[in-house]
Amino acid sequence: MRRAELVMALALGVLSAYLMVKSAELPIGWIPREGPGGGAFPFWLSAGMLVCCVFIVLRWVLRQSPVSRSAELYFNPAARGTVMIVIIALTLMIGSIHIIGIYFAIPLFLLYYVRVIGRHNWLLSLGVSISAPVISFFFFEIALHITLPKGYSEPLFYPLYDIFL
Amino acid sequence: METLDLLMLGFGIALEPLNLALVFFGCALGLFIGAMPGLGSVNGVAILLPMTFLVPPTGAIIFLAAIYYGAMYGGAISSIMLGIPGASTAVATTFDGRPLALAGKADQALITAAGASFIGGTVSVVLFTLFAPPLAEVALAFGSAEEFALMMLAFATFIGLGGDDIPKTLFSICIGLVLSAVGLDIISGEPRLIFGGLPGFFHGINFLVLAIGIYGIGEMLWTIESSSDGVKVSQASFGVGRIVLHLKGLKNTLKTTLMGSLLGYFVGILPAAGATPGSIMAYGMAKTMSKDPDSFGKGNIEGVAAPESANNAASTGSMLPMLTLGIPGSPTTAILLGGMVIWGLEPGPMLFVEHQDFVWALIASLYVANLAAMLINLAFIPAFIAILRTPFTILAPIIFVLCLVGGYAPTQSLHDIWLMLIFGVVGYLMRKLDYPLAPAVLAIVLGPLAETSMRQALIMSDGSLMIFFERPISGTIMGIAIVLFVLPAAKIYRSSIARKNN
Repeated sequence: MRRAELVMALALGVLSAYLMVKSAELPIGWIPREGPGGGAFPFWLSAGMLVCCVFIVLRWVLRQSPVSRSAELYFNPAARGTVMIVIIALTLMIGSIHIIGIYFAIPLFLLYYVRVIGRHNWLLSLGVSISAPVISFFFFEIALHITLPKGYSEPLFYPLYDIFL
Repeated sequence: METLDLLMLGFGIALEPLNLALVFFGCALGLFIGAMPGLGSVNGVAILLPMTFLVPPTGAIIFLAAIYYGAMYGGAISSIMLGIPGASTAVATTFDGRPLALAGKADQALITAAGASFIGGTVSVVLFTLFAPPLAEVALAFGSAEEFALMMLAFATFIGLGGDDIPKTLFSICIGLVLSAVGLDIISGEPRLIFGGLPGFFHGINFLVLAIGIYGIGEMLWTIESSSDGVKVSQASFGVGRIVLHLKGLKNTLKTTLMGSLLGYFVGILPAAGATPGSIMAYGMAKTMSKDPDSFGKGNIEGVAAPESANNAASTGSMLPMLTLGIPGSPTTAILLGGMVIWGLEPGPMLFVEHQDFVWALIASLYVANLAAMLINLAFIPAFIAILRTPFTILAPIIFVLCLVGGYAPTQSLHDIWLMLIFGVVGYLMRKLDYPLAPAVLAIVLGPLAETSMRQALIMSDGSLMIFFERPISGTIMGIAIVLFVLPAAKIYRSSIARKNN
């Protein structure tokens, strides 16, 4: 925990510095008759972030904050694997939306999660994975007229549009 | 007594069968839209605006106002049940609503939210009825300096929310504000903070992307990690007896609720402020005034009552400048305003003279909508409780999917979904190190307002910061904000001295 606190504070400090540089692409000073430049607001706030990081590191050195005194592991070893798998599954699902579309990515994700991680029976797993996209379709596409991304699966939906829209 | 006569006239119209049916239908619809993470009253009113062409103008506006009301009640539901704020107005409700649900008190939290919303709504409609015209003039005295002072006050209350680690809280506020600056600069129109030149950054970072990332994905990852030892979501029992018990329990939070209602109403009236800062300030105020401030954030029922009464009060309050001056107090009222203009009901001082029956029918319908929304809400609580009985390994993936579609719906860009995932993972890693993340979400909501009002005020004063202190209203608000900034620091200093003495 103690090491993680320092690493996070330093990483956020670097991020703050990067945001300062990025904000400075726009004028950060006073422009006559126009007021503060477009970059001023984010620039000074990023500077504020950097100052906060300095204080966080200072408190780390002095062991003032509870996490900087903690001897616990940053990741609970029993859960680390599951959390990583979930993050990877989410990444794959979002990535696959670009290709197979949301109506195929969602059931695959649900099926994997409920069946493999949750160890529920096939009936329940299939029930959840099939009903979720069907409900989403009627709620978003039909009731609210919000089109969800379909990737290359778009043509498969033309008959459905003809029926419902 | 003239007001009372007019109100009676209004009730006569609002209670016509068609209008009454529209109120109930609108509230039920609003409740569901509000309860969906990602969709709030703005989306509901905007999406359903065209559907109102099927009914007469008065009915149409009553219907839209009922959706607005229903969504205000509904926002609390996903905040409490899923820990994801359904809309920015319900962000503060998650702080204590979620811990209560985890402790098996979801029914108490939901009933208190409904009760507090009802009281907040009623108090503000009564105030609205009595003081509409004079209050509208106060709102007009609010310039950019006053607006900025109000934002500072809202930020000052965050410091109290963030816990003991002040540098981390301030960091969280700052990063929220910086993220809100991404996109096109509002004054010069130049693009700024376009990371990697990605076109998706041009429309800025919607607050929902951050909120759903942190409260949806981050929260779920957190729960997966902490539940790996077999800890399950606590279950809540439910019955008529418990409803009565919790409704009776409402009187314990009455003081907080009334305070939240008044605060919410006045913040709601101010143009551009609206229900979000109102509910946050009410939460901060309840915490500051409480005898036991440490229990806030861990499941104090007053932490649900305060923001919920305030956001409903503010939603009524924000209709006031809209009707009397034509200045919308919130994004939703801006759309309502658009709806009224379509119908030829030009808001402004003349509205009260030329379309008296419409105005009073709308006000009367707010009384009815408030009651209807509470009844519908109470009726559906058992269904919401049932959600909690679902095993976590089924609920979790469904919530992930809800986050995904909910995050996609407002902007319809996959870029935002990726950002949401990044925010969720980074937020989860930061949360493990006690970084308070709520201030960042609140800051990204208020950021654009704060920046615009600050820059406008500085242009007016030609760069002198004194403008915020010289004007009486903004000076007073700034003074309170500074006291609130200093107070938590002083408290920590005092307790650290006390610790050393021990």
